Amino acid sequence: MSNNVMPNASVADMPDRSLLMDRSVPGRKAINLPAPDVPLSDMPDDGLLRESDYLRLPEVSQLDVIRYFTLLSRLNFSIDTNFYPLGSCTMKYNPKLNDQIASLGGFANIHPLQDDAGVQGALGVMFELQQWLGEATGLPGVGLAPLAGAQGEYAGLLIARAALNMRGESDRDVALIPDSAHGTNPASAAMAGLSVVTVKTDEFGNVDVDDLRAKADENTCVFMLTIPSTLGLFEPNIIEINRIIHDAGGLVYADGANLNALLGLVKLGDLGVDICHSNLHKTFSTPHGGGGPGAGPVMVTEDLASYLPEPVVIKNDDGSLQLGRPGNSIGKINGFHGSFSILVRAYTYMQSLGGDGLRAVSENAVINANYVQARLCDRFDLAVDRVCMHETVLSGKRQADRGVPALSIAKRLLDYGIHAPTMYFPLIVPEALMVEPTETESKETLDRFVEVMQAIDDEIDSDPDSVNHAPHTLPNTRLDEATAARRPVLRWQG
Amino acid sequence: MYPDDLKYSSEHEWARVGNGAVVEVGITHYAQDTLGDVVFVELPEIGSRVDQFDKIGEIESVKAVSDLFSPVSGTVTAVNEELEQSPELCNSDPYGDGWIMEVKLDDPSELDELMDSETYQGTLE
Amino acid sequence: MLATIGADQFDELITDIPEEHRNPPLRLPDSASELEVTSRMQALAALNQDAGTRPSFLGGGAYRHFIPATVGAVLQRGEFVTSYTPYQPEAAQGVLQSGFEFQSAVAQIFDMEVANAGMYDGPTAFAEAGLMAARVSRRNRILILDTADRRLFEVAEAYTRYQQVEVEAISRERVMNGDIPNDAACIAFQSPNFLGRIEDVQALTDAAHDVGALSVMHTYPIALGMFKPPGAFGVDIATAEGQPLGVPLTFGGAYVGLFTTKQRYIRQLPGRIIGKTTDTMGRTGYTLTLQTREQHIRRERATSNICTSTQLIGLMVAVYCATMGPSGLRQVAELSYHKAHYLANAIDALPSWKVIRAEGSTFFNEFPVQCPIAPAEVNRRLAERGIIGGLDVGHLVPNGMLFCATEMNSRSEADRLIASLKDMGYGAAG
Repeated sequence: MSNNVMPNASVADMPDRSLLMDRSVPGRKAINLPAPDVPLSDMPDDGLLRESDYLRLPEVSQLDVIRYFTLLSRLNFSIDTNFYPLGSCTMKYNPKLNDQIASLGGFANIHPLQDDAGVQGALGVMFELQQWLGEATGLPGVGLAPLAGAQGEYAGLLIARAALNMRGESDRDVALIPDSAHGTNPASAAMAGLSVVTVKTDEFGNVDVDDLRAKADENTCVFMLTIPSTLGLFEPNIIEINRIIHDAGGLVYADGANLNALLGLVKLGDLGVDICHSNLHKTFSTPHGGGGPGAGPVMVTEDLASYLPEPVVIKNDDGSLQLGRPGNSIGKINGFHGSFSILVRAYTYMQSLGGDGLRAVSENAVINANYVQARLCDRFDLAVDRVCMHETVLSGKRQADRGVPALSIAKRLLDYGIHAPTMYFPLIVPEALMVEPTETESKETLDRFVEVMQAIDDEIDSDPDSVNHAPHTLPNTRLDEATAARRPVLRWQG
Repeated sequence: MYPDDLKYSSEHEWARVGNGAVVEVGITHYAQDTLGDVVFVELPEIGSRVDQFDKIGEIESVKAVSDLFSPVSGTVTAVNEELEQSPELCNSDPYGDGWIMEVKLDDPSELDELMDSETYQGTLE
Repeated sequence: MLATIGADQFDELITDIPEEHRNPPLRLPDSASELEVTSRMQALAALNQDAGTRPSFLGGGAYRHFIPATVGAVLQRGEFVTSYTPYQPEAAQGVLQSGFEFQSAVAQIFDMEVANAGMYDGPTAFAEAGLMAARVSRRNRILILDTADRRLFEVAEAYTRYQQVEVEAISRERVMNGDIPNDAACIAFQSPNFLGRIEDVQALTDAAHDVGALSVMHTYPIALGMFKPPGAFGVDIATAEGQPLGVPLTFGGAYVGLFTTKQRYIRQLPGRIIGKTTDTMGRTGYTLTLQTREQHIRRERATSNICTSTQLIGLMVAVYCATMGPSGLRQVAELSYHKAHYLANAIDALPSWKVIRAEGSTFFNEFPVQCPIAPAEVNRRLAERGIIGGLDVGHLVPNGMLFCATEMNSRSEADRLIASLKDMGYGAAG
């Protein structure tokens, strides 16, 4: 056991990563609970009761718990510690004020089924957030219930189907989706019983309007458009596209994953979009939490507002607020009222920034992305050579020809303390490296990123092997994902 | 890499005609190389009917999934249960231990719809 | 920076936006300082009746349980809070290993073979369980026992509306008599059910299996600290709202859905799954696995469109379970049981208030009461006395109110409630 007493150069070098159950000592406790202060009632029949010896949770001290999870936290990249040029994911700074406000007792300790009269402050947050999101998107009907972007998408599609049903057009069962779309679009469409017809992207990175025109017909339910697109481009033909869909009798759904490029620059509703969602954990700075929770409010035109999911917050004549169900509501899509703790954060963020601040968010996001694109375009091919919005898609084709795929460039960035860009997406770009710097990063950070990308490009000539085996400095080298999937081990095994 | 004694489909399956009317089926070197590390093979049921060029199951790698198609019509007489534990056999030995199923042929003339090794390799270029 | 880009002014970067729609007015408030925002938000928070500072007897799907300080302490770690979904496993071992702890703890509590990394919330987990049962059984009728929370029905209906899957209610009598359609994908039930009663899980599960359907159970994880877990009955898929395990009420979200099943169904699971593996140097590490089920690979044929695992809330659950340990979880369950039974007995002793009991059934920590006056009025009067009352279940029981107690309700809180109800009872009688 000599390595247990060897000094480590740093914690990350050789931490003891054994699982909590492997640290468990029978009888050890991390917490005391009070003794019962009421007379004990008869226990139920033994047949209903759990046999005590097979609840195998860790038995550890409180210090063990804290030290263990603190250790784990240090094995992570995070916004608080690293730059994440992660395309389509909008990994920007999450202001600490928002977390603090969400933890106030008046927000954190209210029960979702309390009478409306006792939660007027919470309803006030939701009501005003509905109004503000409606104003920011130009789509005034706002439902806050969806718990993530994918749920917002699904809600949007249910709304489209319900509205068309009401018009007697329930047989419209096709979702038109560009080939550059995120995987949730077709997955949500399938959940909503729609068959997916793919629309091509033209050589400029725009929707192929002729292809769209040929495919929009009496079966079209919705066109699902990500705007700006996953190529980071604003669709210049959007007015015509929306007209084509409307003329065919369908509705236009905008995937608002990239709304952070549009605040104050354009409103989706003004362009003829009928429905959109917004990922509050992207555009409105709520933390990603290592994979959720998110929030995905859905915004619609006034005509569609009666279809919103339950509940929405309604203002009564006397100024009081209440939770209500819109007349033609698609119903409940989750247990309660949405990711309230996330809604509070987004509301706090919007309040801090105000209208001008939100516009500055988009402006700076666009400038930062174009700056990175301009500085890297000599070394890396661009998916499309034109001005981008909030993100730029590079192609590592030249690097791949020299023996290093996009994956390895991304992994090598980790060694420099920079998170990998989004890779191999959108699917239509070979060796894609999608870079979204976000508005909260300084020029100095962007310059360092550019220098690191240049350095890696040099390493491809000087030491390609090292790049292809990156990362070298993280808690793990590349992991054997094939064995993980072939012989899955999904829990502690004693 | 593409044995001469096999017949090939455009969906990258091979068929080996054995004694009598039973044909062994698997995926080609090209298919396993394109998929990468195979992690799961959804096998058809023994006794089930398959039709030529129809979907019989799925094959998954770490980050891709493809349909499996039968190169012939007939009845499934055996499946390679080794693949449940060791799907990587499709990568390491696609024409041998990585076989997928055996089919009792309905109509041997269907084999004429398949390609020989040279023609198949021509389609890969 | 604009010079590097080659633009003179910003507007040159957004010429793709139709000019007539560019730069619209934004009718939003002006920016505000941190100090101003804080005081405004504190004022809004103060308008809410905070269940952290007054007695509450409200349950019905979200529960006020004790949250140890360790949970909040770990949640202060920005390395967890501001991390991304672990697509780059080498840079996310903290998220992945803690998620593996979550899966391990949930699987243990449920005594099920596997758990996924988390769903949005309990009802969506339950809806996805019904859909998964349909995929596994290749049948299309999801039968939900009519004693389940109607939220579970509503969400399941919304999730299956266009999927050629029917969601129907079924009575216990029909299930026990074997009067089950032969295209049933599953018998899905809630235990403890909406009124807090423990269902006969074994009989329901056997009845499902007898017709080739799956048994799907939605449960309350704290109850599993003392009651037999789903795995002990052969349940095929078990789900729950994870909130009671260390997550504050926060007006209904964000929560985490718990989702467990048997090993042989793992390729039909929705959501993220974390697996253990090794790196190129042979060291243990963790990674997202079985990803081909998911939307980013299988697109329209994915098992679900879900992308999140609600990881941060799952982390709270993992820290909670590590802190409570087996004895802590059992104690919390037993305290909740005894407090609720004390309260039920005391209410039953009041003139004109009646606890509605079902013959031969056991309840955990919630029970329905028939009130002498309208439940809404009861709650209004309790609110005046600084007490958050129970849940109006007048649609199920005439003048019915569902009361809940947990380890958080001290005896003196219960006695205060009893005194208040007693006054109202006299008022009604007089």
